[in-house]
Amino acid sequence: MTSSDSAAASQAEISAEIAAISREYDARPGSGEGATETAPRLDYPPYRSSILRHPTKAPRQVDPEGVELWAPVFGELDVDPLESDLTVQHRGEPVGERMVVTGRVTDGEGRPVRRQLVEIWQANAGGRYIHQRDQHPAALDPNFTGMGRCLTDDDGRYRFTTIKPGPYPWRNHHNAWRPAHIHFSVFGREFTQRLVTQMYFPGDPLFALDPIYQSIVDPAARDRLVATYDHDVTTHEWATGYRWDIVLSGSHRTVFEEDEQ
Amino acid sequence: MSLTPTPGQTVGPFFHYALPYAGDAELVPPARAEAIRLHGRVYDGAGDPVPDALVEVWQTGPDGAVPQVAGSLRRDGYTFTGFGRAQTDRTGHYRFSTLRPGALSSAGAPYFALTVFARGLLDRLFTRAYLPGAAPAELAALEAVPDDRGFVFDIRLQGEDETVFLSHARD
Ligand SMILES: [Fe+2]
Repeated sequence: MTSSDSAAASQAEISAEIAAISREYDARPGSGEGATETAPRLDYPPYRSSILRHPTKAPRQVDPEGVELWAPVFGELDVDPLESDLTVQHRGEPVGERMVVTGRVTDGEGRPVRRQLVEIWQANAGGRYIHQRDQHPAALDPNFTGMGRCLTDDDGRYRFTTIKPGPYPWRNHHNAWRPAHIHFSVFGREFTQRLVTQMYFPGDPLFALDPIYQSIVDPAARDRLVATYDHDVTTHEWATGYRWDIVLSGSHRTVFEEDEQ
Repeated sequence: MSLTPTPGQTVGPFFHYALPYAGDAELVPPARAEAIRLHGRVYDGAGDPVPDALVEVWQTGPDGAVPQVAGSLRRDGYTFTGFGRAQTDRTGHYRFSTLRPGALSSAGAPYFALTVFARGLLDRLFTRAYLPGAAPAELAALEAVPDDRGFVFDIRLQGEDETVFLSHARD
């Protein structure tokens, strides 16, 4: 069942596949007129594990109704404020570059997504996950689990203190390496806005080589996953700072006065 | 004005230590009298089970009301929050202990709203599992099958009998 994961291809072969898809996209009718793809392609063969796991039929368009127009509610009960600091979950300081990542979650109309759940998970500074399936022979850090949660504030803002994750190898092809990233899971005001994605760091030399990042074939669209270094977020003698805003899809539900305040 | 949404990315292979949590798939304790089971298998295009998928459910309670109460991450055993999360096991099986969804108006048929994530799946997929006999004609393929303790709803990511996945119209 993982035959499509076998490390047969070279990076050169994967890169050639990525380049061919990119050329085809650049030559599309309407190119330059804003006819852009804003989501990853589900069918993206350079990411070998997608080959048997993408639907072949276009999704059926429906009018969202009933429960889909609402999102689950999370509250103070669900999330301890300490969960937003991934560096204090153990007795000692984790190894690596301490960093803060913060930003706003808004809907497609630019309204803040208030008091909603954001979950993150990531590798440690050496590129190793605390996960039994991660066999990368880099050190585990006894002071770092790499999982955090928070609720957005009334302005839609989230904030995590963590360690900058390292890049890590994977088995998509020979000598495959993922650019450093933090996984994000975000809820909106409606079920239809559910988002799971990955945040990357500026200028990563692995971007061009990575089929998961490149599965978003539009360069401007995939650039939305890259955080910005922000010296105003950086704190004196403590942590570097990155800013990354998240925009969810548009709303369907009528927004009532109390939502807008 | 509509802003361009942030693109999704695959949930990847390493979500198991982060997203699942104690009680995630038990919206109600299985021992409760009205508890039902919603379960099924996730399959890939070769018909093999997908052991590293994650399914989320979001639903009304039996009275048809949309729950708007906190507590999904720290279940108290009494409050029905309407949200649950289940990772597939090594046989691709997911299961929820939950309540039968109701519909508030006669216009809408009751269903379980489902989101599917997996390693190899580059973005989340949405679908609905309707109660048997309740789906509108054009979504009849999305009816769950009754069994002795609730409903079965298999998810086929690809192939001949691929699950009907949904996108949401904007007006
Ligand atoms: Fe990762």
